[in-house]
Amino acid sequence: MTILKKNTFTMRKTLVTLVAALGLAAVAAPALAAGGAHHPRSGGFSFEGPFGTFDQGQLQRGYKVYREVCSACHSMNLMHFRNLGEAGGPFYDPHAANPAENRFVKALAAEVQVPDIDTETGEAIMRDATPADKFPSPYPNATAAAAGNGGAAPPDLSVMAKARHGGANYIYSLLSGYEAAPAGLQIRPGQHYNPYMAGDMTPFWTGAGPVPAGGFIAMPPPLAAGQVTYDDGTAQTVDQYAKDVAAYIAWASDPRATDRKQAGFGVMIFLFLFAGLTYLSYRRIWKGVAH
Amino acid sequence: MSDHESTYVPKTGVEKWLDTRLPIVRFGADYMSLPTPRNLNYWWTFGGILALCLVIQIATGIVLAMHYVPNVDLAFASVERIMRDVNGGWLVRYVHANGASMFFIAVYLHMLRGLYYGSYKAPREMIWILGCVIFFLMIATAFLGYVLPWGQMSFWGAEVITNLIGAIPLIGEPVLIWLRGGPSIDNPTLNRFFSLHYLLPFVIAGVVVLHLWALHVAGQNNPVGILIPKERQAKDTLPFHPYFTVKDGFAIILFLMLFALFVFFMPDSLGHADNYIPANALQTPPHIVPEWYMLPFYAILRAVPDKFGGVLAMFGSIGVLFILPWLDTSKVRSMRYRPTMKVFFLVFLVVGVGLGWCGGQLPDAPVVPGMPSFTLFDGQLNSVLWLTRAFTLYYFAFFLIIMPLVGLKETPLSIPLSISEPVLPPVADAGQKG
Repeated sequence: MTILKKNTFTMRKTLVTLVAALGLAAVAAPALAAGGAHHPRSGGFSFEGPFGTFDQGQLQRGYKVYREVCSACHSMNLMHFRNLGEAGGPFYDPHAANPAENRFVKALAAEVQVPDIDTETGEAIMRDATPADKFPSPYPNATAAAAGNGGAAPPDLSVMAKARHGGANYIYSLLSGYEAAPAGLQIRPGQHYNPYMAGDMTPFWTGAGPVPAGGFIAMPPPLAAGQVTYDDGTAQTVDQYAKDVAAYIAWASDPRATDRKQAGFGVMIFLFLFAGLTYLSYRRIWKGVAH
Repeated sequence: MSDHESTYVPKTGVEKWLDTRLPIVRFGADYMSLPTPRNLNYWWTFGGILALCLVIQIATGIVLAMHYVPNVDLAFASVERIMRDVNGGWLVRYVHANGASMFFIAVYLHMLRGLYYGSYKAPREMIWILGCVIFFLMIATAFLGYVLPWGQMSFWGAEVITNLIGAIPLIGEPVLIWLRGGPSIDNPTLNRFFSLHYLLPFVIAGVVVLHLWALHVAGQNNPVGILIPKERQAKDTLPFHPYFTVKDGFAIILFLMLFALFVFFMPDSLGHADNYIPANALQTPPHIVPEWYMLPFYAILRAVPDKFGGVLAMFGSIGVLFILPWLDTSKVRSMRYRPTMKVFFLVFLVVGVGLGWCGGQLPDAPVVPGMPSFTLFDGQLNSVLWLTRAFTLYYFAFFLIIMPLVGLKETPLSIPLSISEPVLPPVADAGQKG
């Protein structure tokens, strides 16, 4: 009895240790970036949590919003058209597991022109994209991108959901959260007020009361109701567009997220069983040994 | 133990042949039969966990190096290519990135165990010092590795940390240029950081061998902290295998569950979002912070108003660990029998975590928002800066003042004569043992 009690006690201590280690990591995690921005609203995304998966319809709508609106200024340099047809992607077709043969991907790629060279003369040409091509950049180079946008190049969106605190919820909140600037806030030229943007409005605030939350963003409100046509009957509102494109960017930022979580469940179940067996071995080996 | 006699008997002809030429099988067998104090608790399992961490980091790192491109224009995209297009690349990279954090969780607990149970005291000083060398190399390796993805935090972290070298009077500037391979952080810096990041883990592995060698000579400490006399060895120790292989194995699996939780379900939670923004030398992030495991030392660095003073304090906070065996004047190893020291130790734990918290904050931020405060020298009293200074003071005082003085003044509790005394139940109770 004594041994049994002692074993469960030491095991509990180990668990406490692990929880404490986890706590330590949480406490020591870097603080959120400074700035009095609003906390992002929840987009109610299907891919959140350990069981979450992407909603393929939402990813397709999100790609459409990206292609018709965002891609005019924002590149996605890490994305290839083939990615759209890979397992878990917006246009994955189980009948065409090889994305190069996926008819949706081929058609979507062909809608976009990419720069290339003529293989015989070496002259610069434009041709239809294929699934193997990268998404083309909207600007020939970073200087042109900056020059066309008031001095700051629009950021690449490939890993945007990982590059901002709040991820997809932040992107959704920012895109759908533009507000008229409160009276008393001096708007800098070429800038727009957004309560979800990080920043400090103190130097620009002349009104009464507390300094408003948020910051300045060079991007004008990009979305308008009815701007992108949805074929599946989904509401064509700014809120819905913002949710869909945020989901699409979240997928593009981490296209292996669903694989990862599924593998994780297998690994956790295996480790749990392995731990149980090892614990039983431990009990058996130490049986009758005082310690 | 040094007086541990080899029990290995070569059976086959090949084994006999090898044993007289290179007794490597004997070496392994002797290690497996090493007499180990039977009262070791789960805090002693972190050594095995750390060995596994090193193996995981080296194995995943070798695969990552096959796909990584150490070039300022290609590094970020090559890491993302590993995440997207390399088969299983996301797993290898997330295991490596989170593995660094797991390594540090384990090493901090391992060091705190040594601190609490007095594992650094005679005759184990060399085990401790070699451990400190490993810890210092781990910090260097982790820093170099964090630069490689060439994100914003990689670049600006490298900028801040290499700049510290420039704070050294006279030689600082030329050494800084020599280290960076130029006047600023650029491609030569990334190339040499990659080279050194690949080299140092093997240096760590070498020092680990010395660490284990020293352990084999001096023998393991134990929670009671007393040396096991030769005549008690049979009673107080058990062979390492199978008793401690199975116990370490169980602890390792529990640790792997924590590891897997991070890798599969929150792989980016220990990193900084800014490192998914490609490095940009023209845009300073609003808040440059190192990885969580460096935050206490980063806090100490910022606590000192003078830059070079800060550098000295930061290196001193690790350097002081090397002379710990001679700072502790107590003859008693385990803090179980040192109630006064135990209280100081618990405060030290709080201060350590507190320094980590401070390292992640802006120095000017108030500790208690809205509390009235006044300016003391160069900052508000109610600011992270002054809290950091208080914690830093305790950190150094703990080693340099408290340890020597408490050891001389305290009255320790009575120490058992042997380690089996407190664990073997009284005779009357022995019959009921299940």
